[in-house]
Amino acid sequence: MSNDHELRVSKIRHGTVIDHVRAGQALNVLAILGIDGGDGEEVSVGINVPSDRLARKDIVKVEDRELSQDEVDVLSLIAPDASINIVREYEVVEKHRVERPDAVEGVLSCPNPGCITTGGEPVTSQFEVLEDGVRCAYCGTITREEIASLIDT
Amino acid sequence: MRHEHLITSKQLSRADIETVLDHAAAIDADPEIVAGRHAGTLLGLLFFEPSTRTKMSFETAMKRLGGDVVDMGSVDSSSVKKGETLADTVRVIDGYTDALVLRHPKQGAATMASEFVDVPLLNAGDGAGHHPTQTLLDLYTIRENAGLDDLTIGIMGDLKYGRTVHSLAYALTNFDAHQHFISPQSLRLPREVVYDLHQAGDGAGVREHETLEEILPSLDVLYVTRIQRERFPDENEYQQIAGEYQIDLETLSVAGDELTVMHPLPRVDEIASEIDDTEYAAYFEQAHNGVPVRMALLDLLLESNGGDTGE
Ligand SMILES: [Zn+2]
Repeated sequence: MSNDHELRVSKIRHGTVIDHVRAGQALNVLAILGIDGGDGEEVSVGINVPSDRLARKDIVKVEDRELSQDEVDVLSLIAPDASINIVREYEVVEKHRVERPDAVEGVLSCPNPGCITTGGEPVTSQFEVLEDGVRCAYCGTITREEIASLIDT
Repeated sequence: MRHEHLITSKQLSRADIETVLDHAAAIDADPEIVAGRHAGTLLGLLFFEPSTRTKMSFETAMKRLGGDVVDMGSVDSSSVKKGETLADTVRVIDGYTDALVLRHPKQGAATMASEFVDVPLLNAGDGAGHHPTQTLLDLYTIRENAGLDDLTIGIMGDLKYGRTVHSLAYALTNFDAHQHFISPQSLRLPREVVYDLHQAGDGAGVREHETLEEILPSLDVLYVTRIQRERFPDENEYQQIAGEYQIDLETLSVAGDELTVMHPLPRVDEIASEIDDTEYAAYFEQAHNGVPVRMALLDLLLESNGGDTGE
């Protein structure tokens, strides 16, 4: 963690460091978490930072915010290699890898315009998580590469 | 049958299918065995998309079982036109009836609707999704004409939007069937259907083709579906493609004598009328089978849901 690359984004006192995000996905991570800075959150983002494990990676640091398991689950869809570090008083007190859930509810919207979930019905979107994509529980549509674009923000 | 709702043919096991088909065969042989069995039972027909044939065959089936139907009527004259959600519509009609039949233009409509109702709901077609009762009558027709095991079937036409095709393909994975899919490039099976067929362990039994010729001689059944003009932005492109997926007696000259030709009617010009009177044609028989198959299905579903069996 503490090599000089990390210094490009400032250390945080309390909060969460999401490390080893796939390069280019940092802004999608923020979108999933609903973080746009509008609430005054202090957020640092590193994009295309050199990494031993991924060659290039993104890193996101959010001050004063500890991620819930639900949030971590959804993150796993676009950042399957990410590690989540919970920081208190500048120390990493918890560190875990994300795990892909079997399903996610209410966070993605179906890309199929013919799907019932896109038609103003009182229904929460549900997606089954496949090995390499997600699948709408209503219409069955499978999305592989463009998952970030389905994020319901 | 254990299922409360019939949403997709994926939920049907081989045993489920055989139970329905056997019962349909018994009813076909002697309709008296179920006559009046569901007196007092009301079936709600919710057709958000016109389908004279499917609707009438459900209506006939229910009436032949001694029950009756209530019909939402056409979408033009209903509250749907005023913007009511499907969820609200089914919640209301659920309180009137003992079972519901839903046809809707949106994919996944039946799955969603089933979350809002207590009575059994039968999916009679949801957009490009599923049409499991059509599949049961297709399977019944295939079994009568060619048998369901050691079957080589060609499924041709619009495979992308054809819900009858998707439903049939899933159901056939329960049997020893070799499935050949014949379509223009732009109308191939959706990737989720291919994914499911492979998940069902049937990858080896599934082949995709662009022309019928090479595979026709080996087929026991040729299942033809309509290629719709509105799928093509360009009329010329449609004309070019449609012509290649029409069959007439000359096309069938290389087919085996035992070939059975099917079509989930209505047809436009996919099958020349000169085939109608030949031994190949099974499409009118297929349409007629809708009644005994739907009688069997309704009888089994209503019985397992505690309906009055009249005994
Ligand atoms: Zn969908």
